[in-house]
Amino acid sequence: MAYPAATLVFVALIAVVIVLGFTAARWNAGNLEQIEEWGLGGRRFGTWVSWFLIGGDAYTAYTFIAIPALMFGAGAVGFFALPYTVVIYPILYLVFPRLWKVAHRHGYITGPEFVRGRYGNKHLALAIGLTGILATMPYIALQLIGMQTVIGALGIPGHVPLILAFAVLAAFTYTSGLRAPAMIAIVKDLLIYLTVIVAVIVIPAELGGFGAVFAKIAPAKLLLAVPPAGSTGAYSGYATLALGSAMALFLYPHTTTGILSSSGPRVIRRNAVLLPAYSVMLGLLALVGYMAVASGVQGMAQFAAGFKQYGTSFAVPALVLEAFPGWFAGVAFGAIAIGALVPAAIMAIASANIFTRDIYSQFVAGGAARGEAKVAKLFSLVMVAGALVFILVIPTTYAVQLQLLGGMWIIQTFPAIVFSVFTRFFNGWALLAGWAVGIGSATWLVALNHFAGAIWAFHVLGYTLPSYIALATVLLNAAVAAVLSLPLNAICSDRAGDATRAEDYV
Amino acid sequence: MIKILLLLVFVLVLAVPFYNRMTPALFGFPFFYWFQIALVPVASLLIYIVYRVEHGGEK
Repeated sequence: MAYPAATLVFVALIAVVIVLGFTAARWNAGNLEQIEEWGLGGRRFGTWVSWFLIGGDAYTAYTFIAIPALMFGAGAVGFFALPYTVVIYPILYLVFPRLWKVAHRHGYITGPEFVRGRYGNKHLALAIGLTGILATMPYIALQLIGMQTVIGALGIPGHVPLILAFAVLAAFTYTSGLRAPAMIAIVKDLLIYLTVIVAVIVIPAELGGFGAVFAKIAPAKLLLAVPPAGSTGAYSGYATLALGSAMALFLYPHTTTGILSSSGPRVIRRNAVLLPAYSVMLGLLALVGYMAVASGVQGMAQFAAGFKQYGTSFAVPALVLEAFPGWFAGVAFGAIAIGALVPAAIMAIASANIFTRDIYSQFVAGGAARGEAKVAKLFSLVMVAGALVFILVIPTTYAVQLQLLGGMWIIQTFPAIVFSVFTRFFNGWALLAGWAVGIGSATWLVALNHFAGAIWAFHVLGYTLPSYIALATVLLNAAVAAVLSLPLNAICSDRAGDATRAEDYV
Repeated sequence: MIKILLLLVFVLVLAVPFYNRMTPALFGFPFFYWFQIALVPVASLLIYIVYRVEHGGEK
């Protein structure tokens, strides 16, 4: 064992979490044979549990590794995570209390299910649901990679620990449903806050203060490049990356599930006020990437193998091992690993809810609700196993690329879900056409970028407007949906298919 | 229309050319960094004001 104290603490923390995961089934016990109980915790979580759950769900282990790694490698542009995680909250406040209301009134447990009720169109809902599941699969895989990085940093070789961790994840997800990640999220977040607070106090003190840390960063990386004449340059790239990522975040199945599991609109609105605490933490964590630069871990012989294997993702683990005593490195790694388990569990559950309600019951069981909890539980196992196979078979770079694509895809559900919470102007088939155009154009542009870049430089009237591809293509998607809705509403209106009423939303 | 404050959050956060600068620095943080971190509690406060105005009378 290269790091005995760290490994011991790490394993102990994981063990505590496993016990919690299995006992969670008895917390506020409900009938776990009902999908609303298993997959949505019975819509009972109050302000604080929702705070931990949504926070644990949205700020994932992958974020904790990837954002500092981006700062470490690319500099200021990595800080887009901060504006991104600020603008998500006005969106949360405005949109999701209405979605909760209508979902509660009609018993919907997924976003696509709402869309089906709104338009009476199961094909549109299928498209939205499949988008969610496909975007989630690489996301779960990346959580595994986050976990693999810290296990690797502890010097534990091979895939066996990872397989064990995910076997356990699959088991407690199956038995406890959403209650398991909700309970574990509390432990995870306390550990993360502890780690980040200690890191931003201890490490800069060791390095001579924040001023000294920033002084070690190449000046060209400290700020965004000033755009050349005739271009909005890095400014529009940064702003659209933040806005587009924010529009996409709560459309992911796992975040929608986190929101719908709360006990009501007031809990959601209060959380729009309280959740930004996580963004402060994320901002400080992003700066850990700079601390890794300043500490010089990349040049140290004992970390050379790690950087070679994991690239810039190894910056945070290396700094943790370098700057902290062994036992506290164990706490930090435990926090990251548990930070992978929580969202991974919610992702598996949310995908299972979609599979059950929007695919299986509509296209296989002919609308029957019997045995749906069983189907959902089994599909959650499929999701976890699928993600594991993904990691073991496909190179890491593909998972990162697919996650990039996933973000581009999931935002294409924005018109169908978010606009529909406010208006019935659109036609269901027009939304489906807009979705198809959005998915197609986004995938095409990402392919032109060789699946490596999220930004595309658009040329409009002699100006160059670099934009996050997801944001540009969802605008196209919405335009197509709006333009097609006019003739389609005139010729073959689907308004009669709306199962919801205006008063369901307020 | 107290919700206009929510629009203000978007404006502040997306005003990239305004905050892409080194000075004034604070506690060793260049402006670019401390301004964006400081926006988080500001945004939270603005959302809280909207919440209080909209839900103030309810128990």
